[in-house]
Parts: sequence; structure tokens; C-alpha cells
Amino acid sequence: MTWQNPYELTHRATAVRAVTVVVFVVLAFAFFRVQVLSSERYEVQSQENRLRPVTLPAPRGLLTDRRGVVLADNVPGYSVALLASSVDSLMAKLDRVSTLLPLDSVQVDGIVRRYVRAPTEPVMVLRDAPFDIVSALEEQRAWNPGLVIRSDPKRRYPYGEVTAHLAGYVGEITEDELQTPEYRNARGGTLVGRDGLEQVYDELLRGHDGVRFVEVDALGRAVRNADEVEVLLPEPGQTVRSTIDIELQQYIADLFPAGRRGAVIAMEPTRGEILALYSAPGYDPNAFIGGYDPEAWQQLAGSEEFPLFNRATQARYAPASPWKLAVAAMALERGLVTMDSKMAMPCEGGMRYYNRYFRCWRTEGHGHLTLFEAIQHSCDVFFYQLGLTLGLTNLLHDAVALGFRERSGIDLPNEYRSQFPPSTEYYNQLYGPRGWTNAVTLNLAIGQGENAQTLVNMMLFYSMLANRRGGAPRPHLVGGGRGEIRALGLEEPALDGLREALVAVVDRGTAAGAQIADLHIAGKTGTAQNPQGPDHGWFIAFAPVENPEVVVGAIVEFAEHGSSVAPMVTRIIARHLLGPDAVPTGPIWSLEMPADSAPEPVPILPDTSLLRGGTTRPR
Amino acid sequence: MVGQRGLDKPLLGVTGLLLVIGFLTLYSAGQTDFPSPVADIWKRQLLWLGVGTVLAFVAFRVSPRILEWATPFLYAIAISLLVLVLFFGVGAGTAAGANSWLAVGGVRVGQPAELAKLATILMLARHYSTRRDPPTTLGELIPGLVIVGIPFLLVGAQPDLGSAMVFLGFLFAVLYWVGVKPRLLLLLISPLISLLLAFSTVSWGAWIVVLTLLLLWVRPYVLEGLVIWLINVAMGVMALELWQRLAPYQQNRLLSFLNPEVDPRATGWHIIQSKVAIGSGGFFGKGFTQGTQKRLAFLPEQHTDFIFSVAGEELGFVGVLVILCLFITLLLVLLRVARRATDPYSSMVAVGIGGVLLTHVLVNVGMTVGLMPIVGIPLPFFSYGGSFLITCLVGIGMALRVAWESRRSGYLEITGEFRRV
Repeated sequence: MTWQNPYELTHRATAVRAVTVVVFVVLAFAFFRVQVLSSERYEVQSQENRLRPVTLPAPRGLLTDRRGVVLADNVPGYSVALLASSVDSLMAKLDRVSTLLPLDSVQVDGIVRRYVRAPTEPVMVLRDAPFDIVSALEEQRAWNPGLVIRSDPKRRYPYGEVTAHLAGYVGEITEDELQTPEYRNARGGTLVGRDGLEQVYDELLRGHDGVRFVEVDALGRAVRNADEVEVLLPEPGQTVRSTIDIELQQYIADLFPAGRRGAVIAMEPTRGEILALYSAPGYDPNAFIGGYDPEAWQQLAGSEEFPLFNRATQARYAPASPWKLAVAAMALERGLVTMDSKMAMPCEGGMRYYNRYFRCWRTEGHGHLTLFEAIQHSCDVFFYQLGLTLGLTNLLHDAVALGFRERSGIDLPNEYRSQFPPSTEYYNQLYGPRGWTNAVTLNLAIGQGENAQTLVNMMLFYSMLANRRGGAPRPHLVGGGRGEIRALGLEEPALDGLREALVAVVDRGTAAGAQIADLHIAGKTGTAQNPQGPDHGWFIAFAPVENPEVVVGAIVEFAEHGSSVAPMVTRIIARHLLGPDAVPTGPIWSLEMPADSAPEPVPILPDTSLLRGGTTRPR
Repeated sequence: MVGQRGLDKPLLGVTGLLLVIGFLTLYSAGQTDFPSPVADIWKRQLLWLGVGTVLAFVAFRVSPRILEWATPFLYAIAISLLVLVLFFGVGAGTAAGANSWLAVGGVRVGQPAELAKLATILMLARHYSTRRDPPTTLGELIPGLVIVGIPFLLVGAQPDLGSAMVFLGFLFAVLYWVGVKPRLLLLLISPLISLLLAFSTVSWGAWIVVLTLLLLWVRPYVLEGLVIWLINVAMGVMALELWQRLAPYQQNRLLSFLNPEVDPRATGWHIIQSKVAIGSGGFFGKGFTQGTQKRLAFLPEQHTDFIFSVAGEELGFVGVLVILCLFITLLLVLLRVARRATDPYSSMVAVGIGGVLLTHVLVNVGMTVGLMPIVGIPLPFFSYGGSFLITCLVGIGMALRVAWESRRSGYLEITGEFRRV
């Protein structure tokens, strides 16, 4: 049978036709599956392929003082970013711009890390690029596709060092922070607050970034703006108005003795508004813009003076004589004394307690003083006895109740908690049940011993003294008053007595050199023992006494005596209450002051400096 | 002369339509958002189209008798060129890996493999036209296998595995057409199946059992059966060795066919991007020249291997169906031409040409949707490339002649019988 048999041939033709049809049906079905059934998926993939999101950074909100003067704003800046399809292509592109943008290997590593995190987005190469580099790069755009130069507002702090600890600064978000819920709407490269108000009110200030899409080809070259996709405009951050009075802040910064370390807080006592908060030495937050310069950062962080440290909220000092008012308030509250009470022993320059001799700062002695006079002259012997009258247990209990173991709650980041023994159990654990004596009471009574307070926490206590009813709201820099958080629990006559005694301090007592005519200032000096060197000087004052408008407190490290700090504080008060013209000028440090209480340290305890270091805590 | 009556209008019409759509798609493939080297290739393709049409007309004018007489010479020339290209060939374009071009004085003049396809079909047709009975044993298949085997090996050595596969494609078409029993064909490709199934001992073992049963059923000569069986075993054993001999890119192609996501940036890229292009085209497509995958260079080799993805993206499922329908029509018309051919030689030429086209369409189109591994063979009438376009057009010219001969001799088909009018 020949293969050309027509019947056979037709038979085979039918088979071949069937096979051909089946092949094409299979092909058609494959296309049906891809083009009709899964079309949407591939449509999305095709969009993802060609559309690259370009972040439109939201301008950060302004930070202003109480009158609207800008403390932090934005100025035009440019950043350089690259779109790349792979790490290799990124490296090639970096190499191509290397003549204009010399990058060291550490920076390149950082860029590659950022790229790997979000390979479809332009990777930031240089933030805050100088204009000449930007214009030179702009010319390169034609033959260096993928180069994205965008306007990226940069942060500026017009007052620089003056507001450094208040305003803080901004820095690029870290990878760890990106995982946390509070930064959930932030993306890589976003600038976030790093300290001060920038950090605390970051969410308000940050705003919401916008996004636009560019169409790119397979090599990551940007072709055009993708018009069919709606541009999401950035939502600028809100303006945050603080309670700061920038003129006062500036005045304080100018007045603060150059080269000294310390802090000053000025605060409105009834509402808790911080008018000024200054910590020295400062730093210039503008230096951090455009990424940290590792060298500059090292210099700041490694400096012995710790400029990044906010001494108003993060440094703890022995509260010294200003704390005597706390002992007086506790004794008054418990009804143990009145302003006219006298102690059993007169001051003869010190007193013997068992086998130890506790000195008064005035070696010739004060004689027989009332509580009023004891406050006025800051007599140590009187307060030793008052502390013993009060008893250690009561002293510890009341001090804790008054918040001397707490943070003030100010809206600045990383405030340190003030330290104070919670109960006698603390001493038992520290020295063993019989390893200590009641003599610790004497030290505590004059603000020494195991007592370390931040300036802001002491400010809160003096706000209570200043306010009519003896209460105080939480100190804050932004927002309205939030109600009283602490109160002395004293009747008004007792409070008046304490205030009059404080007035007498400034008029006739230890801070007499600080008085300024026309102003009724109440205040208390203090000299904190400092085992590491010269003593620290305190002065906390408020005015006018009848209707307090401002409390100002200052601590100056190594100032020897609080009395030398007092004139500065009274000038700040005068500047605030009377205006710039009423303030006496002239060098404030030339004033000769009587020394305040800095009795010889009595070696009761092995080492109390441990406490001040902030590392040892009662377990 | 050539009368209107003898011209196979469906064949001419379908070819014309495919050429028009193919040419427009090629033009679109050059329309990208970035300066692309393929932007102007449509002009050169137009030139090839002209040359091809002239040569097709020449082929149409050549009587099958003259062609049959000249076949051994054509075959010899084609084989010589393939040998020549093996030593002096150059690689170029999207097939840079294979030295498949013949260059004269540095100018590439063509790919002998394409000519060899036609010449081999003619030689095969001449061989079987002299025989009355279909081969019934494996031994009788040997001459045909040798005719195809020589160019197959030469092309495979370039190395151009894709084109080599096409030779197998039309070999089977012709063998089936001359009446070789399917079970014999199955035995013929059994070593290949063995090779593919060798990735797992279980599947290969099962296949050997099936093969053994098949051999017992077909009952070829003992020697033949033994040889087939041994070759299968040898393939299974050698599979690993052969796999390791493959170039890494060839291995990757096969692996990413099985799972494109294995390496989406490199070897899987082609198939993923092709599917994205086709899939995002949806039902009606993105519009002529508007395909974003193509415009933004996501689609690789959009003017040769993946030109059908351009059509899929821009014309959508509707366009794909139209093109597929045109191709199936062309193949069915060629089948009809083969069936009505006046002589066995002409009939086999038509079937061989159909076999070439079917293989190309199946592999190329199948590859764009991931049905086939990525084997770089062009799509007839669509892909850019002179040699292949001319080969296809000459083939269609020959088929037109075959149809013309049968019409002129007055064959009319009524219910599968030939009747002289």
C-alpha cells in the first residue's frame, strides 16, 4: 500500500489538522490565562516596573517662641539622590559623579545600605548639597540618568547655640527607628527630631511626606513624570509655638559667665510655662545639618564639658541651702514649728552630735535664731536641729511626697530623675542595718548627703513656694497649663512666712548683694559641695513676691558660692519684669558676697559622690 | 503563463496579512522611549521583504521538476555552507553566542542554517518521493535520518540548539506524512524522552518499563529493539554528564523555564518581563506602539525572540487571537496544498514547510508565555532577520507553485477522492 493512497492521506491530514488545532488551542488558552484571567496582576507588575515613587519631603513645621519669633525654620536646600537598578549600577553611577562628589568608603557603604533597603526609590547620596555642586550635577543629568536632584528644605536654627538645648536638632531616621510605631509614617531618609522640642514634638513637626511618580526604563533611567498617577502633595508639619521668650533666653545666654558650665531656667510659676531654659556650654545645632560630620560629632560627644548634656534637666546636683526651705515646709506642715520658733541650741559655729562636730558655714556662729532668721541667714545649726526634730522617717517620707525622687515631667527628652532616699530601708541596704547613724539626718537637713536634684525639679519646688496656694503645675514648653501636679499642703500664713523669709534673704541675708530696687524678690542661695572640685553655686528666686510672675533658678558649676550666682538671677528677673532698660549693667562677678552655707563636709558616710554620678541607685 | 485561476488566494492572502501585521509589530518594536539601536530596523526589514518577495516569485516560477532535479546540488551547497560557517562563522545581534552568520569581507550575508532548512526539506522530499512504501522498520528510517542528521549536527555545533530543533520538527512532520507509524516515531524520539526524564530515577525507571512494553508490542527487529533500548539506558546514564556539559546560560534557561522566579534579575528576567508585557496588555491591549514594557526596555529582544510579546502587550488578547488564527489558517492551507499536490515530492515540500512554520510558531509563541523554554528561534513574518524572512517567503513561493500545479492539472477534491475533470 503506497503512502500516497488518497484515503490514507486524507486520514493523516485529519490527524495533522487535529494536532495543529490542539496546539493552537493550547497556545490561545495560555494567552487567555495570562491576558484575561491574570491580567490585573500583570498590570500591577507592569506599573511597579516602570513607576518609581519619588518622595516629596514635607517641610518640617516651624518652632517659635511665645511671640512667634522663629526658633527653627527651613531654608531651601538641595539633595542629590540616585536611581539605580542594581548595586553594580549604583556603584557605576557613584563613580561617575565622584569627581564632583568625593565620597569615602564609609559613605559609600552607607549609601549602598540605604539602597538595599529600598532599591526602587532614589537613594540619598548627599543631603544639603552646596549650590555649585548641584548646578554642576544638573549639567550632568543628560548623560548621567538616574540622578535625582530635588529640593530638600533644610533645618536652620537662627539662634544656634542659644536655643540648642531647647530646640534640639534633627537627624536622619535610623533603621531601628523605622520599625517602631511612632515613626510608622516615616520613610528612610526622613529627618526626625533628635533632641529638645524637635524630638518631643517630632510627630507634629514632621508632617506627611508627599509622593510623585516618575516613569523609568529598565535601566532605571527616569523618562518623565508619570502624569496619570496623582501626585500626593506633602503635608507640611505644624508650627509648634513654645512658651520660650527668646529675648529673655538671649539675655540669659549673654549674661551667663563665659566659659562656665551650668544652667538657668526662667519659668512662669502659676502656669508652669518655661520662659527660658539655658544650659552651658552649648553647641551649634546647625552643624548637624547635612548629616553628622563624624569629626565634629566626636569632638562634641567626647568633650569633657559635655555640651550635648542639658544641665537644666539632665544634671543632678546636691540641692544645698535652697533645699532648707523643703525642710522648713515639712516641719511647718507637720505643725512642729512656726516661723518664730527657735531651736534648743544656739548657733555657735557648729554643733556636736554624739561624737561628731557639725559645722555651720559661719564659723563665728549665728546665735539664737528663729526659723525666719535661720532661713534668712541660712543657718546650718538651726536646720540640723530642725531635721532632728522632724525625724529621719518623716523627712524621707515628706520629701518623697513633695516629688524630690521624681522627674518634673517637663516636655524635654531624657530628663533625669532626681535622687533621694525613699526610706530608711535605703540606708540599711547601703550600709547594713547598724552601719549608719541618725547623723545622716543632719546632712539631709541642709541639702547635702544622698540628695541630688535637677534644676528643673528644684524649680518646681520653688514654684510651689511662689504660688499663692502652694501648688505647681507641670513645667512645660509647649501647650497650656495642665493643672497642679504637686502641692506643699501649707496654709497661706505659713507660706507667707516662708516667702517673707526668702525676701529677707535677698534684702538682708545671704543674697543681699543681689537686690534690685523696685522689685520684691524672694530667693535662696546655695552652695553645693562638690567632691571633685570647687563647689557649685545655686540661686533660685521669684518675683514679685505678692503675685509671682517669674521664678528663675540657676546653677553654676565651680562657682564657689551661691551668692555669686544671685546677681545674675536677679538681673534676669529684672529684665523680665521691668524690661531691658531697667537692668543695672556692669560686671556681675565683681560683687562681693557673703559666703553661704558650705560647711566642711562631715565624713559620716563612706562616699556620697556615688549618688551624684547617677549610676548607683537604691536596689 | 500564471493564470489567476491557479493562484491559491487563501495562501497568498493569509501570508500577506501576516506580513503586514508582522511588519507593523516590528515597526512598533523599534518605538521606544530611549534611543534604541532597533529604532530603524523596520527599514532594513522592508528591504529583506522586497528581496524575499522577488525570490519567492522566482521560487514560484520554478517547476517542481526542476527543483527536484536541482535538490541534491542545493543540499550539497547548504551542507558546505554549514561546514564553512562552522569555521568562519561570526556571531551577531541577539544571537551573538552562536557563530551562525556567514560573512564575506566582514559583511554578514546570511545564516546558512535557514537555507539548510529548505534544502533539507527538499532533500527529504526527494528521498521519499522515490519510494512507494512508507518505512516500517527503524532500519528503513536511517537514510532519512542521515539527511536531516547532518545539518542538524552542524547547526547544533554552532551552537544553535533552537534552529537544530526545527530540523527535528519538520523531520517528524514529513515522516508522519509519508506514513510512518506513530509508534515507530515514538521509538525514534524515545532517547530524547529518556534524557528529559532522567532528572528523577523514578520517572526514568517508569519510562524504561513503558519503553520495554512498547518494544514488545511493536516488535521491531531484535537488533533494532536492543539498540533503541540500549540508547535509552545510555541517555539516562549520560544525562547528568550532558547537563554538566551545557553552558551555564543554557542550564539557567532550562531552570528558569521550570521556575522563572529562581533568578528574576538574570535568567528569569526574560520570561517574567514577557509575561508582564503580555498580561498587562489585557483584553484589548495598550494600543499600537504604546506598550510600556517595550517602550521602557523592560522587554528584552523585542524585535526578534520576544516580538510576539510586543503584539500581546499592544494588541491584547484580541490581537493575539487574530494572529494565532492567521497562523493556524496558514498551516491548514499548507496542509490542504500538500494533500492536493500532484506528486509526492511537491506534497512533502508543502508539509515540510508547514512543519518548519509550526515548529517556529509553537516554540516562539509558547516561549513568550512560559509554555516553552527560552529557545531563541524567530517568529515567521514577525521577527527581524533577513535570512529567515527570505526562507519563509521562498517556502511560501514553493507552496504556491505546488498549489498552482494541482489547480492547473485540474484536481478537484470531492470527499477525499481525486477526480480528473
